[in-house]
Amino acid sequence: MKSVIKITTFLSMLLLIISCGSKEEKKTPVESKPVKTEKPVKINTSEEGTNLHYKGVGEIKSVELGAIDQKMAEQGKEIFTAKCSACHKIGKKFIGPDLQNVMKRRSPEWVMNMILNPEKMTKEDPVAKQLLMDFNGAPMANQNLTKEETRTVVEYFRTLQK
Amino acid sequence: MKKINGLIGLVIAGLVMLTSCNNSESSPKKSGGALKSSAAEKVYVAPGEHDEFYAFISGGFSGQLSVYGLPSGRLLKVVPVFSQDPEKAWGYNEETKPMLNTSHGFIPWDDAHHPDISQTNGQVDGRYVYINANNTPRIAKVDLSTFETTEIIEVPNSAGNHSSSFVTENSEYVVAGTRFSVPFPQRDMSIKDYKGNFKGALSFIKLDEEDGGMDLSFQIMMPGFNYDLSHPGRGKSHGWFFFTTYNTEEANTLLEVNASQNDKDFIAAVNWKKAEEYIKAGKFKTVPANYAHNVYDEKTHTATSTMKKEVRILDPAECPGLVYFLPTPKSPHGCDVDPSGEYIVGNGKLSANLTVHSFTKMLKAIEDKKFDGEAYGIPILKFEDVLAGVVEQPGLGPLHTEFDGKGNAYTTFFISSEVVKWKLDTWEVIDRKPTYYSVGHLMIPGGNSSKPFGKYVIAMNKITKDRYLPTGPEVTQSAQLYDITGEKMELLLDFPTIGEPHYAAGIPADLVKPRSKQYFPLEENEHEYAVKSEAETKVVRKGNEVHIYMTMIRSHFAPDNIEGVKVGDKVYFHVTNLEQDYDVPHGISVIGANTSELLIMPGQTETFVWEPKQVGVWPFYCTDFCSALHQEMQGYVRVSPKDSDIDLSWTLGE
Repeated sequence: MKSVIKITTFLSMLLLIISCGSKEEKKTPVESKPVKTEKPVKINTSEEGTNLHYKGVGEIKSVELGAIDQKMAEQGKEIFTAKCSACHKIGKKFIGPDLQNVMKRRSPEWVMNMILNPEKMTKEDPVAKQLLMDFNGAPMANQNLTKEETRTVVEYFRTLQK
Repeated sequence: MKKINGLIGLVIAGLVMLTSCNNSESSPKKSGGALKSSAAEKVYVAPGEHDEFYAFISGGFSGQLSVYGLPSGRLLKVVPVFSQDPEKAWGYNEETKPMLNTSHGFIPWDDAHHPDISQTNGQVDGRYVYINANNTPRIAKVDLSTFETTEIIEVPNSAGNHSSSFVTENSEYVVAGTRFSVPFPQRDMSIKDYKGNFKGALSFIKLDEEDGGMDLSFQIMMPGFNYDLSHPGRGKSHGWFFFTTYNTEEANTLLEVNASQNDKDFIAAVNWKKAEEYIKAGKFKTVPANYAHNVYDEKTHTATSTMKKEVRILDPAECPGLVYFLPTPKSPHGCDVDPSGEYIVGNGKLSANLTVHSFTKMLKAIEDKKFDGEAYGIPILKFEDVLAGVVEQPGLGPLHTEFDGKGNAYTTFFISSEVVKWKLDTWEVIDRKPTYYSVGHLMIPGGNSSKPFGKYVIAMNKITKDRYLPTGPEVTQSAQLYDITGEKMELLLDFPTIGEPHYAAGIPADLVKPRSKQYFPLEENEHEYAVKSEAETKVVRKGNEVHIYMTMIRSHFAPDNIEGVKVGDKVYFHVTNLEQDYDVPHGISVIGANTSELLIMPGQTETFVWEPKQVGVWPFYCTDFCSALHQEMQGYVRVSPKDSDIDLSWTLGE
């Protein structure tokens, strides 16, 4: 008898799963896992660690860098001052890391992904995760920059290298 | 046996689960017997899911507008309108104080009554909610992109602004009628001389097509009756507005008895398109007035109050064809127009029957000039000539009627505590359901429009007595949700409401959600004291005024150490939230501030004033838990003696 009950329970659970399956799927789209490359990139998670070839987690997969576009960099500086400078200073650590030489340490894709979706990065990206720990758990704010605006900030960062 | 029962139970449970996952649209027809879906399932909105409708329910004597989700009855927000709200700094911060300015000065409270949603082509469009203040007559506009009150206009020559604030079918006007008649012009006179000297103003406030802004276009100066409720004509009756009256006896004392003498009072039918013609033809008188028009600017995040000095008046006795009186039994309260615009329901609160007038018959009677005398120069039509039908003895104390768009009407009965469903055209009663207790208004989403969404009706009760856990002598008011998709109504849910719910307005959520703002772009912030980056933060002294230009972002203020403030200074904290993300407000207050906190949305600037009275070092902090480091979001102001010579200084991280 016990086993009958078990089977019935199983069946009703199965019914439940079947009946709700399609609805559930619609509601919680499955997060796409970051695509694993065949050769795993070695990641140095320390703040000063250099990860120039690591692109982070997010929609920016590839950025072509040419000669520095001064006009774009100017725009980027303006956006940086308005939306980022409350937590980042150039030349010193503040709420977040010093960004003086950030382009020597990080790929442009990583920087853009971090600006565009810091919530996802601090959950899924090992470098961003470690940074959150190193900076007292102060999460980076999502300032809702567009992709284009983010790209100009990268251009600005390129002008800061010493 | 036990085991078998258990087995059957499990199978049934499985089946019920199966059913419950698919039944969000289930109709009573589909379910039945043992599988009948429960009321609980119909109102259950799973965690993380959204409600199907917004309900904007007046907060009555709280002065506010509360926003609920239907069918769950979950409270989503209380929008401050006519009363100060320390939670949101409404009427406390420097930016919103002008919103509560009136010709009587700053007023921190009012009695909010009848919300109504703006319309396009006779249908609710989800742009704005208008709502009236009853005590100090005003109409407010709530912008549904921000769910904030962005405009308030005072209504002159009015008192007890009750037959308000209803919107015409293309949002041409929001209309306000006075409940109490008052001397016109206001003056020092004996109350006994009421008759003929007191007048009732019906105010037509023009709405701006672009931004819903309000401008008092004209007032019709009516006889000294009480104008109780109103609704616009629609469809065939578009261009007309209907107002119930009582106290046509023009009593000025003991109205409980003296205003119930006449067998019939009137519904006033106002032809506002005719009024526009008279205005155009210059048939108005411009008279001096004094009323406030307060506008909140979303770019400067600041309100301004302007005093208006005159108003145009139309005298119905001098404007033939402008107003007609439809005799209606016994002090009619609600005045409701069906979706087609043909039927005007007068809910005679002391009458045994419900009176329904016909718009077509009214036009015919006017055309045939079949008048039964006049009152103050306004023609009175004959009751029999305009009557469409009577719902015989449906209940006691009819107050309000709404429509489902399927040929049915639903009327509340205050004394017998019930909602009665009846059929237009045949006037037969189809169903009745009790309310708990003493129901006032009721609301079907889109109820005041040509397209109601007849899925639910909510009844709003004045009295709840034993319906909830007792909370001392004062217990909650409530709303009750009924499913009206079937022949019979089904009570699904009780939920408590804020203040006293008078009218409400409902709309499918999909008509509002896409316009809802997530934050204010910093680059569009034009506040006089906004600072757009930490580099611009500063502290400036002007005599004994100290202006702190401050920013906030997770999780610090800039500056957070300020010195050089003295006892006797008036310190202005102008604080800009630099966040540009959804749902990251920050708050701020400082010890000893004689005002409320600020609750500042991303990209917004707000200001509070602090007048430190004691020497010392006083902390300020973020009041809205904003991040893991919220408890670290704080700062200090050093307050020195009045005669101290410490210079102003401000720092962060030094």
